[in-house]
Amino acid sequence: MVTATESVTASNPLAISEKKQIIDQIIEQNEHLPGGLMVILNELQSQIGFISEPMQQYVAQKLRIPVSIVHGVVSFYSFFTTSPRGKHTVKFCMGTACYVGGTPQLIEKAKQLLGIEAGQTTPDGNITLELCRCVGACSQAPVVVVDEEIIGRVRPNKFPQVLRPLQEDGKVEKSS
Amino acid sequence: MAFYRSHVLVSVDPGCLAKGALEVIDALHDELVAQGLVDEVQVLETSRIGDPVQYGPDMMVYPEGVHYANLSVDDIPYLVEEHFLKGRIVEKFRAKEITVADEELGAPKPKEVRIVLRNCGKIDPNNIEDYIAEGGYMALAKALSEMTPEEVIDTVLRSGLAGRGGAGFPTGKKWQFARNSSDPVKYIICNADEGDPGAFMNRRVLESDPHSVIEGMIIAAYAIGAQQGYIYCRAEYPLAVKTLNIGIQQAREFGLLGENILGSGFSFDLEVRQGAGAFVCGEETALMASIEGRRGEPRPRPPFPAVKGLFGKPTNINNVETYAVVPQIIVNGAEWYASMGTENSKGTKTFALAGDVKHTGLIEVPFGITLREIVYDVGGGIKDDKKFKAIQTGGPMGGCIPEQYLDLPVDYKSLASVGSIMGSGGMIVMDEETCMVDIARFFMEFTQDESCGKCVPCRVGTRRILEILTRICEGKGRDGDIETLEELCREISSTSLCGLGQGAPNPVASTLKYFRHEYEAHIYEKRCPAKVCRALITYEIIAGVCTGCTVCARNCPVNAISGERRQTHHIDPDICIRCGICMQVCNFNAIRIN
Repeated sequence: MVTATESVTASNPLAISEKKQIIDQIIEQNEHLPGGLMVILNELQSQIGFISEPMQQYVAQKLRIPVSIVHGVVSFYSFFTTSPRGKHTVKFCMGTACYVGGTPQLIEKAKQLLGIEAGQTTPDGNITLELCRCVGACSQAPVVVVDEEIIGRVRPNKFPQVLRPLQEDGKVEKSS
Repeated sequence: MAFYRSHVLVSVDPGCLAKGALEVIDALHDELVAQGLVDEVQVLETSRIGDPVQYGPDMMVYPEGVHYANLSVDDIPYLVEEHFLKGRIVEKFRAKEITVADEELGAPKPKEVRIVLRNCGKIDPNNIEDYIAEGGYMALAKALSEMTPEEVIDTVLRSGLAGRGGAGFPTGKKWQFARNSSDPVKYIICNADEGDPGAFMNRRVLESDPHSVIEGMIIAAYAIGAQQGYIYCRAEYPLAVKTLNIGIQQAREFGLLGENILGSGFSFDLEVRQGAGAFVCGEETALMASIEGRRGEPRPRPPFPAVKGLFGKPTNINNVETYAVVPQIIVNGAEWYASMGTENSKGTKTFALAGDVKHTGLIEVPFGITLREIVYDVGGGIKDDKKFKAIQTGGPMGGCIPEQYLDLPVDYKSLASVGSIMGSGGMIVMDEETCMVDIARFFMEFTQDESCGKCVPCRVGTRRILEILTRICEGKGRDGDIETLEELCREISSTSLCGLGQGAPNPVASTLKYFRHEYEAHIYEKRCPAKVCRALITYEIIAGVCTGCTVCARNCPVNAISGERRQTHHIDPDICIRCGICMQVCNFNAIRIN
């Protein structure tokens, strides 16, 4: 069981000293770059995984700019998320070739297998489903991106195989 | 440069990485060390060699030119012993087809002329020496030592090179404007925010030949007098960002970037900046706002970037492909480049050919080639010998061009004359089974979602169009919808702030113009002629063809299919959500659409 305080701490990287160190380092390295805010946010997103409101406030305070500016930028770009994603993300490419090649059917299949819609995370925090823009692998349509890996020519009946390693990974974690 | 008797190029494109290319490289390296061959055999990482789905992980071994495919870590010890120690080609690991099937690029197809793509797949993108060996950075040396900035601009101007990002503005003129500005601080930007779905020309160039872009940028910086440059690359292209950063680092080490380049006294440096998933950032003013660390919203022009751009300073922005061509023009001369193409558009253009043609992938053709030649000669014709219906050019801001204009010679003006645009170079071929209303809706969904929301016509107008199109696709179209759509299209394109809004109605306007009957069939007859729109079709299992294998029933997400094993199955139309999975999984073509 995860207690309430633990889950608050887990969702606030500023309260974890290792993560806070990473955040401080990212800000320090980039704060003097012209246009450094985008660089900082991109780094935070990729290294911490999300940019929560307390983190936005922290960045604003460090850079001596209004929180509204930081929040404005975070909410504008679709790559920035404000809450933690699942341990794994499965992105469905919504480029033209993939859309025509069967992405809608794959989403339908994923919904059936995981019980969640695109944009949601499984209740155990293991898998997040997302839609994404064309990843430029059109010759392999339809494409899904599992974490950083691009998997091409995915058919609905093969989709369970794509998910299985991720699901098993989630189970291992729970029992340990 | 050390001498190696053998060179191994291992493909590390995303597809091969997914199939374990890195592990294969590690194993190869370990084995070469173990066999004492590490000083004789060089292992390089390269972009795609063959289709990763079919061949990956794969590698080319030179000087023999042998293509080994489908390698696993366990194969490596045997391969190293046989090939590199004993000098015997291992037939069982060779790629099955002799013709190298790079589905993205491959060997030049009929009527292709490769200038921008000439190095792609042939050199190691992570090694500047490979690029230099192919004549790279000759143009930079020539420009810096033999030409004045004015002469560089004049050469580019006379070559007729026009902005390959899609607008087609003469590159030399743009440089002149930036050059003429008296401000001592100037910037140069490469727009690598290739956001059009289905377009991946720039990704391929950045991943396979990054130095051509870097060299082009240094030359442009010299011409206009800029000290700092930025490459703005979209976040969806992590490999391109990585390759560029390696390239920039190597160029610095070779004295091609930084202080006093090649002893000429000219100094310039480059930096890669990443986007974060906003399509509108491909628009130049939005892109600059994004580099400045702000929301990527466009602003009205003038002032143009050449006068007041990044951080308020004069700035020159060009597309990846434009910069990649520049070194070639400097080396081979303006006349050489201007000899290709048409009266209005000179040189070649890369396109990403996708959709229902036999050979999809990247192509590079001279301007003036007809659409028919692209579809039938370069693309090999329509898949499964179906009928051609339309070709969509220019991405989500482009239009659909019907069969009657197939003989149109392709250039910036001609495409505009039939209601489409050149755009960055996406080309999607559609066969008779594509519903034009659905396609218009698909693109509208895209632009509506990507509209930054700053100006009303684009923010509200695209949503209104999407609502109407969705209604029509759902079989709830009303009399008068077509007229409302036409009015909306006119107003949005004439009153929006930036290219996104101005171009957004193109897919709708062009399909309304050329495929009006399909809209009418949806609205008045509640019928989708191409059998695509879910609300207007039903799936049916054909008795006699169905073998009762139960595959469809097991895959149906809503359990709408019933039937005993070895008996004809039945779809309940009230439960069926028309997802089409049953049709995809059926091995006997026993499912049809009514």
